[in-house]
Amino acid sequence: MSETRTFAVLVDNEPGVLARVIGLFSGRGYNIESLTVTEVDDDANLSRITIVTDGTTQVLAQIRNLLERLVPVHRVEDLTAVAEGRSMEPPVQRELALVKVVGAGDKRVEALRIADIFKAEVVDTGLGHFVFEIKGRKSQIDRFITLMMPLGLAEICRSGVIAVSRGDQAL
Amino acid sequence: MSDMKTGAETLIAALVEQGVEVIFGYPGGAVLPIYDALFQQNSIRHILVRHEQAAVHAAEGYARSTGKVGCVLVTSGPGATNAVTGLTDALMDSIPVVCLTGQVPTHLIGQDAFQEADTTGITRACTKHNYLVKQVEDVSGVVHEAFLVAATGRPGPVVIDLPKDVLMNKTDVYRKKSDIRRTSYKPRIKGNLGQVEKAVEALAQAKRPIIYAGGGVINAGPEASQLLVEFTRMTGVPITNTLMGLGAYPASDKQFVGMLGMHGTYEANLAMYNCDVMLNIGARFDDRITGKLDEFSPNSTKIHVDIDPSSINKNVVVDIPIVGDAGHVLEDMIRLWRSKALTIDSGELKGWWEQINQWRGVDCLGFTQEKGEAEIRPQHALKRLQELTQHRDDVLISTEVGQHQMWAAQYLAFEKPNRWMTSGGLGTMGYGFPAAIGMQIGNPDTCCIDVAGEASILMNIQELSTAVQYRLPVKIMIINNQWMGMVRQWQELLHGGRYAESYTDSLPDFVKLAESFGAKGIRATKESELDAAIQEMLDSDVMTIFDCCVTKDENCFPMIPSGKPHYDMLLPGASQEKVAAAIQGEGLALV
Repeated sequence: MSETRTFAVLVDNEPGVLARVIGLFSGRGYNIESLTVTEVDDDANLSRITIVTDGTTQVLAQIRNLLERLVPVHRVEDLTAVAEGRSMEPPVQRELALVKVVGAGDKRVEALRIADIFKAEVVDTGLGHFVFEIKGRKSQIDRFITLMMPLGLAEICRSGVIAVSRGDQAL
Repeated sequence: MSDMKTGAETLIAALVEQGVEVIFGYPGGAVLPIYDALFQQNSIRHILVRHEQAAVHAAEGYARSTGKVGCVLVTSGPGATNAVTGLTDALMDSIPVVCLTGQVPTHLIGQDAFQEADTTGITRACTKHNYLVKQVEDVSGVVHEAFLVAATGRPGPVVIDLPKDVLMNKTDVYRKKSDIRRTSYKPRIKGNLGQVEKAVEALAQAKRPIIYAGGGVINAGPEASQLLVEFTRMTGVPITNTLMGLGAYPASDKQFVGMLGMHGTYEANLAMYNCDVMLNIGARFDDRITGKLDEFSPNSTKIHVDIDPSSINKNVVVDIPIVGDAGHVLEDMIRLWRSKALTIDSGELKGWWEQINQWRGVDCLGFTQEKGEAEIRPQHALKRLQELTQHRDDVLISTEVGQHQMWAAQYLAFEKPNRWMTSGGLGTMGYGFPAAIGMQIGNPDTCCIDVAGEASILMNIQELSTAVQYRLPVKIMIINNQWMGMVRQWQELLHGGRYAESYTDSLPDFVKLAESFGAKGIRATKESELDAAIQEMLDSDVMTIFDCCVTKDENCFPMIPSGKPHYDMLLPGASQEKVAAAIQGEGLALV
């Protein structure tokens, strides 16, 4: 039975580290649903990678072990499992999307109205288009995009999921 | 500014600090500064191979027979790509190797410069770790880190890619081995004591226990093998070794039931199938071992000791996992077994041994050899090699890949670790001869024999030149049946006897071939010539090829056909019908 998990991985910010992580997935045919990476600690030269993946319990354990085996990897935390272990809600997960909608007339008004409901911000506009910035859970963004489809959806750019665990314990 | 050194000189200084005595390599444009620095020093000996793949295999043979890290030096581009097979081999068999590759100068990287290849990109998937050194100040630190990574935890190959300008630039920065701090790399050595306790208690409750030990015990050092012997004897449990683990337990001991797996013994495989507690130490439930996965040892409690957590629950789900070094865990097991005064019910154990001895009675490795003018059977050739060397304590064996490799594993007996070097994981034809060169370099006073096939040996035959140059008395015993024997066997079993491209026409005359390189050549074609030929090979103090011409169509048995469970073995003398029906259905798609 397949389940979805979110991993947080702390790595040395050095060339090739992302290729190692991705190669580990592609080389074994594992799936990546979402992947984000950015430096988080300038002094310690550390980057944080957030990976959303799915697989059987056995595959997910393999992914964790294989990530830990990489030399530049400092820590791997299965945030979903940590939340379950602490009997908490799933980890706080957020994604940012920029959505371009092109249209005029009623459709344009409707797009703006829906954006208001979703608390999406207009970050660029002209007489014939909007660029909305929306942030939230992945499912919220999915819904927003679905609603924009008949209203002139022209372009989507999503950041991928970032996540931290709930509670006072840190990675 | 007198303490300014070039990158190449700094590199040599770091290698010397690491205790490197030998480098196997081949020069080229990008590594000329390193060769220049090597030329001007006397601490490190360079062995010039004739192909970069052989350099890595030689370093593997050196590493496996000495317990040290093997060191390789090749140039950029083709030098590095030729090394890839060797690196993959070392990764699959967990052999510590550091491979220095030249690279075009940093300002030319990405320009498709002459002899440029993306070495770190290409080798990312076939090394434990790799480095591209971009500034001369980093050279010494990276070398020390590379050796640490190669040798510790689950050992493996590490590549250091060195651009030519980095090798030529000068620096006064030198980081010592003791200055290395890698915070992100912490292999787990000591097993969790609670788990070890559970493991010994499970073993003590067993009625039909077995120990299944692999290459991890060899990699943990000779002490680990001694501890394995101690623990096995104090528990009275039968023990089997994997192909990689041969020598971890003395083959002549009565508790040893032989190698297990696809071409393992009947008794070892049936004991694995029927056991109720299995203690796996340093093996990885490889597909050659498990056979049909869902019928693999169906009724046993499985304990798995491995230094690499990703080996645990990868193929087979186990009940008691222990992450740690084989030696440390065995030490804890022995201590706990003693302090808790554990024993296995002697009545049950006696019954189990009676059952095993009954399986032994099948004599799955039995064969008959006719005397005199008769053709030599390959099994007999290896059995005689064993008998003519068993009084000696100085014999190291490597093999190529195929039938001869399996016969060597079946008929040669290894009493100690680090005596048996074979390409187990990757199955690299052409491995054995360069590995034997590395073994001979690392152990000058030993008798190093490469048991080969006539097809495999041609894959790195150019190394005869290396062996002769360094006056290495390496012995190659070619089990010559003129076929790629294992391919031929599978075509017989799987493909209706359509022997596509598995016969080697136009083979060289191996005796003349040896002589043309300045080596010695011997040949035997009938039983009556065999012993004298083996003895002549053993007594030779120069590079020697023994062309042992054997029966052409011999199959390697026993065999668990792919996709079959352990109890479904083909034994010697299996009927044609049984052989023809051996592999069907999904087994056909397996390798």
